[in-house]
Amino acid sequence: MVNYRVVIFSFALIFGVVFSIPSLTQSDAGKKITLGLDLQGGLHMLLGVKTEEAVASHIKSVAATIKYTLDENEVIFDELKIDNETIKFELLDQDDVVKVKSIIQKEITGIVFKENSLIFSINLTPEEIIATEKNAIIQAVDTIRNRLDQFGLAEPTVAKQGEDKILVEVPGIETAEDEQRIRELIGRSAVLQMMAVDEDRDSRVLTMSDAEAKKYADVILSDVKTPQKYLLKEIPILDGSMLTDAKVGFDEQNQPLINFTLNGQGAKIFGDFSGKSVGRRMAVVLDNKVYSAPVIRERIGGGRGQISGNFEMQEAHDIAIALRSGALLAPVYTLEKRSVGPSLGADSIKASSIALILGFLAVVVFMIIYYGMAGVIADIALVANLFLILAVMSLFGATLTLPGMAGIVLTVGMAVDANVIINERIRELIHKGSSISKAIESGYNNAFTAIWDANITTLIAAVVLYAYGTGPIKGFALTISIGILASMLTAILGTHGIYQSILHKIDKKRLDYWFGIKV
Amino acid sequence: MEIFKYKKPLGFMENSKKFGIMSIVLVVLSLGLLLTKGFNYGIDFAGGTLIQVQYKDIAPINEVRDTLNKNQDFKGAVVTFFGSDKEIVIKIKTVSSAVGDDIGDKVKTLLSSTGDFEVRRVDMVGPKVGGELKEKGLMAMLLAIIGILMYISVRFEWRFAVASVVALMHDISIAIGAIVLFQVEVNLDILAAMLTILGYSLNDTIIVFDRIREGIATIKSPKLSEVIDESVSKTLSRTTLTSLTTFFVVLTLYLFGGEIISGFSFTLLVGVIIGTYSSIFVASPILMWLKFSISDYRAKEAATLKREKEKEKMRAQFEQGTI
Repeated sequence: MVNYRVVIFSFALIFGVVFSIPSLTQSDAGKKITLGLDLQGGLHMLLGVKTEEAVASHIKSVAATIKYTLDENEVIFDELKIDNETIKFELLDQDDVVKVKSIIQKEITGIVFKENSLIFSINLTPEEIIATEKNAIIQAVDTIRNRLDQFGLAEPTVAKQGEDKILVEVPGIETAEDEQRIRELIGRSAVLQMMAVDEDRDSRVLTMSDAEAKKYADVILSDVKTPQKYLLKEIPILDGSMLTDAKVGFDEQNQPLINFTLNGQGAKIFGDFSGKSVGRRMAVVLDNKVYSAPVIRERIGGGRGQISGNFEMQEAHDIAIALRSGALLAPVYTLEKRSVGPSLGADSIKASSIALILGFLAVVVFMIIYYGMAGVIADIALVANLFLILAVMSLFGATLTLPGMAGIVLTVGMAVDANVIINERIRELIHKGSSISKAIESGYNNAFTAIWDANITTLIAAVVLYAYGTGPIKGFALTISIGILASMLTAILGTHGIYQSILHKIDKKRLDYWFGIKV
Repeated sequence: MEIFKYKKPLGFMENSKKFGIMSIVLVVLSLGLLLTKGFNYGIDFAGGTLIQVQYKDIAPINEVRDTLNKNQDFKGAVVTFFGSDKEIVIKIKTVSSAVGDDIGDKVKTLLSSTGDFEVRRVDMVGPKVGGELKEKGLMAMLLAIIGILMYISVRFEWRFAVASVVALMHDISIAIGAIVLFQVEVNLDILAAMLTILGYSLNDTIIVFDRIREGIATIKSPKLSEVIDESVSKTLSRTTLTSLTTFFVVLTLYLFGGEIISGFSFTLLVGVIIGTYSSIFVASPILMWLKFSISDYRAKEAATLKREKEKEKMRAQFEQGTI
């Protein structure tokens, strides 16, 4: 009769070997265990999002729209200002009030406004503020993912974590320089703005304070490479949200620069403004740094422009990616960062593998010396257990971390525990004079509750650790849990089956050989 | 091979007072250490920056220290060798929130004159994240203990649950004492090691308790101390052997697993030894001190058995009656 336990155990063993082969050989076919960032090297970051800045910039863009719409409708108004999150402007003509009210109501959503003796004050609604903040996080996740994808990195993870954090994981970074480059790409705001130079007051920029500039609805920004400062109109002519494409190009001196294209609306605004402002300067501003401020010679149609700034080729390439994937509505900042170089990861794999092999050999040899053939049977179960852990992890595409490796090593030590308990019970019964078949059956029966209860408690600890742990620690909890479950199958059911099917071969006179005891 | 062979049960309970005193002394010493010296929190919980640098040749550690201390931002940086004399670890209390150009990059530029090196690891944990991790860690510990307590109460009896948790606290306290004494850096992996000790120590205790539970039913003696002596003696070989195999692997992990997990394996090493000791010498005497009574337990078991039998009888009668 075929022993069902042996059948199940054989299936488990075959399953374990077959599904762990792709991971062990690192072949392309089949599901594999992914190595954690601590083993293969890579970058793990937890980012915060400065959502308040998204709100501020949203207010700015609302102001820009109001300014443009009012200009287009030929409304005459005094300087448009943003003061403490409130947009303010004053009409000069009482007759315009009704017209402006209807324009604002029609063109712009998500705002509330008050009008008091020709002075308009406009605020975002609380719902609009919340929506802007939420949107900023979602948009940041998308944008960062987009940038990393365009950079050509293999399998980066970008995900929202909790309410307001972003998790970024980038495996397989080769050098520290690359890592910094990637971080710069992630963190770059990439806010492109076209801003008019305040030609009337720019000559005084060196002596002007930020507060004074603010009074004129201006802002002082410095040049990206030189210490030169510019006095610019606070509300931009247009921003990068109207950008459709950005590519690296070259100027006459073969210096890299970035060519960008605007969408229809952007092209129109750009054209209109340049037409009106011939002879004045317009600054190309990226992330609050002035890259150039050329004098407008004629109306610029077609919605094309360029950013030049003595770029390095690599820098131009990265900026173009950032511009194409869009600006971050809100800047991101580091809450937590962990980066491991590939050589350290390789060292960790080597060290933990050596520990695993040595620990495994020590246990295997000890079991054979102490228990004889019973030890060999336990060792077979142990090997099956190892394969099963690898197979299950491969099938789920689980991540193996350094603590995870430690978990496997520890499982080797603890998985034989079941067999130690069982073997001790069998020996006890044989000493008492039971027949071998009786000793084996009762041994398994007596040992079962103890093994079960002990494993469940360890499992409880492991599950809690998995639920509350982060990153590498989760990996440890996972390998321990799988190891425990697999050991129930291999160490209890598997070895029991093996005993049953070789029972007739066990020689009562050779107990030393079979169970390591002398009666 | 057989090491544990004895005709008579060993007298564990006779000596339980001695071991009890020893345990209390150890626990008090450990807690005293914790209160006076305190944990050496690593960056996971305290926040800060850790930079691991490997030089081509021997690391110029003094030069690195001087260079860093001259810079206002890195005053108070702690520089130590890590695993070998080519590798150093720099610890700084501050973090930077800039994504692009962070502390790690600054240190790299600053050290560029000190030789040929490779930055192998940069860990930076902001204070907010550190606080959250600490909170989560404590929560995990607490939940695990509650879960296990509930399970044992259901499977055994409340006194067993209390005894096992006391043994557990004993083990964790002494492990903590060792961590504080040797100033092992407490990071997330130490928390994982603690939870493993928790599981392991219980594992051991339960095997012994299972034997006592069995002994109560099979051993004739009504004296708990005798039942315990015999049960502990019978499981002694298993307890020692399993501890030995686990000890082997944890020792290889400690010796060969690399510097990064040495704190983790050290904690486990202590835990395995203490866990074994406590399941033999600490957990069972507590059962005695909690005035666990064999006759009460047997009476209760008998009553449960009787009730079940009556239920079955009634069900049988009921079924027969209806058929």
